[in-house]
Order: sequence, then C-alpha cells, then structure tokens
Amino acid sequence: MALEREKHLAERSLLTLTETELQDMYRMMVLIRRFEDKVAEMYMRGKITGFCHLYAGEEAVAVGAIRALYDKDYVVSTYREHGHCLAKGASPKRVMAELFGKATGVSRGRGGSMHLFDAELRFMGGYAIVGGGLPLAAGLGLSIQYKEEPEIVCCFFGDGAIPQGAFHETLNLASLWKLPVVFICENNFYGMGTLTQRAICQQELYRFAQPYNIPGVRVDGMDVLEVYAATVEAAAHAREGHGPYLIEAVTYRFRGHSMSDPAEYRSKREERIWQERDPIKRFRRRLIERRISAATLDQIDREVDAEIEEAVRFADESPDPDVSEVTKYVYVDA
Amino acid sequence: MAQMSYREALNLALREEMDRDERVFIMGEEVGYFGGAFKVTDGLLAIFGEKRVRDTPISELTLVGAGVGAAMGGLRPIVELMTVNFGLLAMDQIVNHAAKIHYMFGGQAKVPLVIRAPQGGGHQLGAQHSQSLEAYFLHCPGLRVAIPAMPADAKGLLKTAIRDENPVVFLEHESLYSVKGEVPEDEDYLVPFGKANILRPGSDATIVSYSKCVHDALKAAEELEERGIDVEVIDLRTLNPLDIDTVVESVKKTGAVVVVYEGWRTGGAGAEIASRIYEAAFDSLDAPIERVASLDVPMPYNRYLEAAALPKVEDIVRAVERVV
Ligand SMILES: Cc1ncc(C[n+]2csc(CCOP(=O)(O)OP(=O)(O)O)c2C)c(N)n1
Ligand SMILES: [Mg+2]
Repeated sequence: MALEREKHLAERSLLTLTETELQDMYRMMVLIRRFEDKVAEMYMRGKITGFCHLYAGEEAVAVGAIRALYDKDYVVSTYREHGHCLAKGASPKRVMAELFGKATGVSRGRGGSMHLFDAELRFMGGYAIVGGGLPLAAGLGLSIQYKEEPEIVCCFFGDGAIPQGAFHETLNLASLWKLPVVFICENNFYGMGTLTQRAICQQELYRFAQPYNIPGVRVDGMDVLEVYAATVEAAAHAREGHGPYLIEAVTYRFRGHSMSDPAEYRSKREERIWQERDPIKRFRRRLIERRISAATLDQIDREVDAEIEEAVRFADESPDPDVSEVTKYVYVDA
Repeated sequence: MAQMSYREALNLALREEMDRDERVFIMGEEVGYFGGAFKVTDGLLAIFGEKRVRDTPISELTLVGAGVGAAMGGLRPIVELMTVNFGLLAMDQIVNHAAKIHYMFGGQAKVPLVIRAPQGGGHQLGAQHSQSLEAYFLHCPGLRVAIPAMPADAKGLLKTAIRDENPVVFLEHESLYSVKGEVPEDEDYLVPFGKANILRPGSDATIVSYSKCVHDALKAAEELEERGIDVEVIDLRTLNPLDIDTVVESVKKTGAVVVVYEGWRTGGAGAEIASRIYEAAFDSLDAPIERVASLDVPMPYNRYLEAAALPKVEDIVRAVERVV
C-alpha cells in the first residue's frame, strides 16, 4: 500500500531516532491504548457518559505525527481526540478528569470527551462537527504567518471530513495563501458505519491534494515510524514557507465508532486482519529486534499501568464543577 | 465632530483601529481591490497593504472559520461578509465554533473576532438578498450583536467591537450607508455595548427599535407629535447585550410600547424584547405591546409587494395610536 519511499524513510527513522525517543514513542502508544481501555471500563461503570469515541488501533498516527512536531506547534483535532491530546503532552490525570466531567479536567468539565483543550500545550481543541476544525487550523496558520513565527499547525480529521465543503474550501485557501498547515486525514475506512466506498468518489484520499496544488502522500497509519517520517517532511515543507501538505494515514479503529456502537457493519474477519497489524505490537517487535530489550519495554508497560490507575484515582477524587458557575465562560469578562 | 456618512464612519473606525493595533486586519470577499461590495473598506488596501486587507475566495464557511482560528492565534480579525445572506453558509463556524470555544474549553481560549455583515431589504433585490437575520445571532449565547442606526454609533460601536474579547456580529443596514450625521473624530470615541440611546424623549408611548427602523420611528414620532402624541424613541444599538433597563424605565413612564424591527415578525428580536418588557414591567403597561415588523414572507421583487412586506412609517404611527 505504502510507497517504497515511505517504507525506506521509516526504516531510516528507526536508526536515527535515539533510544529515548523510541522508548517515548512506544510509551505514548501504550499509554493511549491503556487509557482508552480504561475509559471503556469507566464508561461501562457509568463514570463517563455522553458520546465517547475511542482511538484504540490508531495510536501510530497521533504519536508518529506529533513526535515530528515542535512543542510550540499547534494541534487541532476532532471528537476522537484523546490520543492526540495525550500525545501532545496533556496529563492523563486531567484528561481522565475531563471525561469524568470534573472541575480539574483539561476543559474544567465543560467540554467532555469530544472537547479537550490545553492552551499551554497548544492543543487547540477537539471539535465535534465533522470538518469543523479545518478552517480553524487555516486561521491558526494565518496567525503564524502574519506574526512571522516559526510554528506550524497540524490538523487531524477523519475520512468522513473529505466530502465536507470545509475540507475543500480550506485546502483551497491554505494552498492559495501558503499557510503552514499539515493536514492529516485518518482514513479508518468508516465514517460511523458508512464505508468510504459508499461516501467518497475517490478511495485514494491523498489524491485530493493534487487539485489544490499541494503535496499529498499516503502512509501506513499502523506504522508509527512511517507516520513520523512523513510528518517530518510535511512539517519541514510547511515551516519553510512552502504551504500546506496532506497526509493520508491509513488506519483502523479497533472498537466501534463510539461506546454505543457494537460495529455490526464490519466482519469479524476484517477486524482480525487489522488486529494482526496492531501498531503497538508491530512497533514492539521491531524495537526488540533492532534497538530495545523486551525487559525495558515491559518495564514501560508497568509504569503506564500505574499512571493510568493514578489518573482514574485523580479523576474519581476530583470535585465536580461548582453548579453556581454554570454561566461562567459564556463571555470573556471585560 | 465632522459630518460624515455611516459608510465613512465605519471606514474611519477601521482605519483608526488598524492604525492603533497591528493585530487588527480585515478579510472578506472584495474588501481589497474592489473596495468592499458597499465600499466600506475603500482606500484601506492602499494604506495597509495586502497583508492586512485581504481579498478572499468565495468561501464563507472557511473565511469565518479562519477568522476564528486567527483570533485564537492572537490576532484581531475583522471578517466582512458581503451580506448577511451569505453568512448563512458560515453558520456552523459562527454558532458551533466562534460562540462555543470560550465556554466549551473552560475559558482557556477566546475569540476576539468581528464579523461585519450588511443586511436588510428595500432595494428590490429579492428573496435571497434582503434578509435581516439579527434574531439568529441574538438567539445564540456566546455572541455579541451590535446593530447601529446612526453614523456616530457605527463608528463608536465598531471600535468597541474590535476591542472586545468576544465574537461580535456587527450588522449594518444597507439603506444606511449614505445616511449622514455628526461623528466624533476622537480616536478614542467608543460607544459601549449594552447602552441604549434615547433619541427623543416623550411621555405618551415608547418606540423601541434598532438599525434602519430607528429612522422610521423618528419620522413616525414627528407625525404623531402633530397629532398631539408625545413619543419616546429608543435605539437599542446592541441586541446582545440588551439594555432592557433603559427600556423598562421608559415604559414605566409611558405605559405603552411599540417594538419596531425589520426582521420577520415571527421569532424576531421584537418577540424577545416584548417578553422582557412583560417580565419586568407588566403592571406599567396600559395596552398590549405592539410589534411592527416585516411580514412573514420571502422578500418579493416587485416594488409594491416589497413595500407591503416591509415595516413602514405609517404602520408605526398606527401601532402607536392603538397602544396610547
Ligand atoms: C457535520 C456533522 N455531521 C454529522 C455528524 C455525526 N457524525 C459524528 S462522527 C461521524 C462520522 C465521521 O467519520 P470520520 O470523519 O471518518 O471520523 P472517525 O469517526 O472515523 O474517526 C458522523 C457522521 C457530525 N458530528 N458532524
Ligand atoms: Mg473514519
């Protein structure tokens, strides 16, 4: 599926990234997976409510891409954004607390699962309107260009956003104005239960870059190094003033669309095939073969487990927001 | 003070604010080389250049969304919608994004964005170019809605809007651009949000209005004066925040109210204004509140049909006669 070139770049990253960097990437992928598993458990126990969309299976995309960014680069995401927010550096405690609706949550309990935000980390929000984040990413890119700053914006969205007007308007504008935005389409083949074949006229989504005169590549979104290598190139392109870039990361969500979806529109066989390509298992195998001992990785797993337990405890013990403050934040106080 | 048109007053406000603050810029369809569809931005490109006076493609959704993003990124964008009718394509970014971002992220982000839009009927432009949609924006918490009737307020409110930390929908009536008036030249002339203006004191009835209908209300008040009816005319100037206190005080004095606006009668701003008056001053009212508004029809093209659909001075006169 991926071009030879992408495979080659990924292989090179395996050699050029330091051991610490590789461990961090592994740690973050495991963290996201276990975080999401725990979220599912807490949802079943009624600790988390509302719409809740898990990222399990897609970890390589968030982790690979965000690892290729600078700390001060902006990230814009969707309602399936727990992974992006954690990968950008958010505290698992405060993300879990937000899912629990607590005052200590990253959005002070006002946002919930779909609306995480962390101003300090420049995680600029999860947006629940399909395609809604793209124009905002262009605007952030414009603010960077206007102020002649060195940052870029990385904007994640699903295959479901491709047929939205916002996608086409934004790619046109971003290309026209050469805005420093890396658009990353997480193609997991479904918008809720609808296959991309039934929703989009072109299955190779990266080809939507071409009519907008920008580079577009397809990468294996189950390979964290391939996503990383492609994003390094895309980010450099944007940062050097050449304008936006479109990356299509082909991936798969291991769970239903949301916590209330048993995913009956997919075959067990299809799910099995993708499970065999589990991005964490693959990365782990590769690290053990080439760079890092199994014992080190096991140790990371244990540390992550402890961190997740701590996050749940923190969320559980945190207070709800004060009901008397329900109208706070409607307007910025003068 | 200088005599200038509503259009020139807006232009002056833009110029002064862009001079004052590097972060202020304007973008929209035809705002640069064309000088603005209604010439409000005329001359700005020559002064500030393409970086700060940005012509855009015809992409209202993304235009407003990029304004929201740029505001989140620390700039003070002014987005000009060619008319409010086209702003409907951007409702997602206005309602789902601009209005929500401060709240939904627990106060961590703000959106100091001004969305300017000409609106209103009366020029035989037909159903898709003649709407007054302030009620749509008034309905949505998180937005401010400014809607000046007078040149001085056009300047002072626009400057306040640009300096405000919240998203502001700034609605200009297309019939007002050439209306002239005295405008302070002071660069710090700001008209605060949420302060209605009593344009004409009176003791028999209160007319509450905003935008172009304020001028009709003043004409109606003159006619009524000849018939011995002394009318107070209040220009709300902003609908959010809504200065209901000034209105209520007037109602307590007059006991009779007519609300005049150009939006559709049903579900219009007048319904909200009337409800607030009932809630706060029911006992002071000697008659039910009257609303004078547009008929509930898509705007027809034919001049007589259009005139029949829009509120007129004589409608206001008759409504006041019914309530006093
Ligand atoms: C504008 C809009 N229309 C419909 C929905 C309902 N909806 C929520 S998620 C979704 C599917 C989106 O799929 P995709 O973009 O591929 O993201 P994924 O869930 O696969 O990550 C739909 C239709 C929405 N949130 N926004
Ligand atoms: Mg999808």
